[in-house]
Amino acid sequence: MAAMFFVVTMVLYFAATVSYLAYLLWPSEALSKVSLGVTAIGFASHTIALVARMVRATDVSPPGFHEALSFFSWMLILVFLAVEFRHRLHVLGSFIVPLALVSLVSAAALPETAPTLTPVFRTLWVHVTLSMLGTVGFAIAFVAGVMYLIQDGLLKSKRFNVLYSKLPALDFLDHLNQQSIVTGFPLLTLGIITGALSAEFSRGSYLNWNPEQTWALVTWVFYFAVLMGRLTVGWRAKRAAYLTIIGFAGVILTLIGVVLKSHGPVS
Amino acid sequence: MHIVVVGLSHKTAPVEIREKLAVPESRMGEALTRLCSYQGVREGILLSTCNRVEVYAVVDEIESGYGRIQEFLADAHLSLSSEQLTPHLYWHQGDRAISHLFRVAASLDSMIVGESQILGQIKEAFEVALTHKATGIILNKVVKKAISVAKRVRTETRIAEMAVSVSYAAVELAKKIFSDLSEKTVLLVGAGEMAKLAARHFIANGVRHVRVTTRNPQHGLELANRFGGTAVAFEQFREDMASADIILVSTGAAHYLVSEDDVQRSVKQRMNRPMFLIDISVPRNIDPAVRHVDNAFLFDIDDLKARVEQNRGERLNEAEKAERMVVDEVGIVRQWLQSLEVTPTIVALRTRVDDIKRAELDKTLGRLANLSPLERELVEAMASSIVNKLIHNTMVTLKAEVNSSEGAAFVEAARRFFSLGDSAVSNVNGSASSEPEACHSSQEDIRDVEEVTPRTGSKTSDH
Repeated sequence: MAAMFFVVTMVLYFAATVSYLAYLLWPSEALSKVSLGVTAIGFASHTIALVARMVRATDVSPPGFHEALSFFSWMLILVFLAVEFRHRLHVLGSFIVPLALVSLVSAAALPETAPTLTPVFRTLWVHVTLSMLGTVGFAIAFVAGVMYLIQDGLLKSKRFNVLYSKLPALDFLDHLNQQSIVTGFPLLTLGIITGALSAEFSRGSYLNWNPEQTWALVTWVFYFAVLMGRLTVGWRAKRAAYLTIIGFAGVILTLIGVVLKSHGPVS
Repeated sequence: MHIVVVGLSHKTAPVEIREKLAVPESRMGEALTRLCSYQGVREGILLSTCNRVEVYAVVDEIESGYGRIQEFLADAHLSLSSEQLTPHLYWHQGDRAISHLFRVAASLDSMIVGESQILGQIKEAFEVALTHKATGIILNKVVKKAISVAKRVRTETRIAEMAVSVSYAAVELAKKIFSDLSEKTVLLVGAGEMAKLAARHFIANGVRHVRVTTRNPQHGLELANRFGGTAVAFEQFREDMASADIILVSTGAAHYLVSEDDVQRSVKQRMNRPMFLIDISVPRNIDPAVRHVDNAFLFDIDDLKARVEQNRGERLNEAEKAERMVVDEVGIVRQWLQSLEVTPTIVALRTRVDDIKRAELDKTLGRLANLSPLERELVEAMASSIVNKLIHNTMVTLKAEVNSSEGAAFVEAARRFFSLGDSAVSNVNGSASSEPEACHSSQEDIRDVEEVTPRTGSKTSDH
């Protein structure tokens, strides 16, 4: 059942992505309603798929990258729906839904369990959940950064097109960027700590400087610097947008690295 | 008698000269009295705004009139000689003077075409002139007509929309930079009309913090009070820029007041919080190089206009429409002015009474068919004699008063008493039945002005 809902979700997210991208270029506002509806149904289906998967799961079947990515995608849509509900920011869907779709498609490409990470303990669930929540924060910051740079460029070049009219105010995007990192960073920190704990349990050492741990720490230090820079020396607006885009690219690279290492190249 | 205008505007003189010539409201009466004391100047009105200083007058002779007015303008400021003024002045007479006034009133000659404040300023100038009895029958008519033309232009073209929508466009752009305007601070640099309009728009859209800086500290203080804001010393506004999110500049200075470095420094002080700069000055007051500063968004009047055009989705040349209206209206006034000439009035009066005499004679003689030729002659002679005696005094008075200051009023009265007017003339006359008292009851006159508008409008739309 989970697999069926998973496929339905993917189809719906794909439809929503197409619809949201069309919304971006079309002057009409009506498309946003259609897109939002499709996304919401997709989200419901996704929730069912995840619940069904969890019911089936036992203590001995730990979360793998498939689950993590699927969960990541689900969280993205959840946050998007929350922001949309609160700020009526339709255009956010045009950026987040495609990202969620990519994440879900990547999940589909991976097997449902992670063979190389056994033996694992319950802490791994907590570690994966926290890390993924932190990453969702960074993903939202990334999307806000991209939107910021687009709007900044349109304003600077005085191109007042459909996109310009649909994108929100610069300071809103900058604020969204900041809030996402402020929320995502502590979650990632906790994710890393629990990861270190589970590594201690499973491998007997908190940190053994393998590539994914190293990258995770580099990412942590990077976002720490971004956050501190904003609060102290004014790394905001355009610079913050660039930094969060670079940071998220780093996160993605880490993820790909970890996945490749665990599964070998996905062919 | 000739209508002339001598003056200078933002198109011909730099702000330094305009400032020197500007007549403050408190000294307006005195200035008007002085203007009318010049020989050969019969009527006068003085228009003094931050963008123009103009004298409209009715003079006996054009050349000497020009000279007197130029003298008057130079006298207003001791440090300026008449010769120094010459390169900045323009002189128009007759139709061109009237057309100039109409264009000014309709905001076609304004820095921002379509802004509405100039009309209010003309009304004020007119009121002051009425209070000091500086205007007479001709200028009263012409200025009232100018006001009605301006209103016609505003209602029948979308020229006013243009100026309002420039402010609207500025606010709309600001909303793409700042999501909540109520927390933002606007710094108004200079007191340009358009900038004030834009500032009002920002306040209407929730901006609560307004700072004002003008070259003249007193003026800045007044403006700050009006906007419920604070005044900033002009010398240090550049240092103060960092505290403002939205900067509206419109000073009339001929050079850049805000440089790229100024903005770069402010953005840095603001820790990269975005700044929105609007330059509504012609020529520009903010260095266009500011565009290259990150997190600073500079828009000038052309950008805003382009945005307005784009909003509208169609390019309408409203100004051209308005110009055509001005030409039509000048034609109407020209006809009226011609009617004020004495000779044609005397001829018209003669023709009129002769027509009446002829008609009555034909009627009477038709009934008295058996009169002898001598008797017929006697009846005709009696009719002529009655008619001539009736109009004799009118004729003599018209000829005698032709050169007095009230000559035009007598001509006007004669035309009215004997129904000599044509349609165009009565249109201009419209509501002016109490004309001779005009100077004594300014309020009534202003009300007249309000009434004139619809009538003129409907009249012209019949054409």
